[in-house]
Amino acid sequence: MEILQIVGLGLITTVFYLILKERKEEIAIALTIAFTALIFVLMMDKIQAVLQVFEDLALKANVNMFYLTTVFKIIGIAYIAEFGAQICRDADSEAIAGKIEFAAKIIIMVLAIPIMVAILETIVRLIP
Amino acid sequence: MDISIIFKIAGIGILTAVLHSILKQFGKEEQAHLATLAGVTIVLFMVIQLLSGLFDYVRSVFSLY
Repeated sequence: MEILQIVGLGLITTVFYLILKERKEEIAIALTIAFTALIFVLMMDKIQAVLQVFEDLALKANVNMFYLTTVFKIIGIAYIAEFGAQICRDADSEAIAGKIEFAAKIIIMVLAIPIMVAILETIVRLIP
Repeated sequence: MDISIIFKIAGIGILTAVLHSILKQFGKEEQAHLATLAGVTIVLFMVIQLLSGLFDYVRSVFSLY
């Protein structure tokens, strides 16, 4: 049901964006930011439900919680970075969008290192 | 966190645009720019509030402390 509301709201926002575009560029971009943030918040409850299921499964399979929280962090960073980068790209500032994605990649790389180390250790242990 | 914030921003934006062009007709160039500045700051204030709410929510969901 929500998808109808979201599509309707998106079309209305696009029309307002076009109205504001040729006169007041900055408010048009603010409108885009407001819409994307709003949809993000609306979808966050569903994402939370999915993450809750993953957490329960991990608890049952007694996977180490540290890895799961790292994966959740990486997903969160990816979402937010993509959110920001796309808005900057929409405002024709490609360089800023590129830098946001660059920073996100570095942060995700830093977060992923412990998991890589753990995997390599288990592999080394497997080899007799 | 409801849908009305989009219509508020759109309304303020259109009002600012119209106000700007009206004031320009009256020849009051400075007031026109001031009115635009006021409109933009109000809109930015609302957007920043929305963003802070979003970032707090994301921080709590993805435990991104």
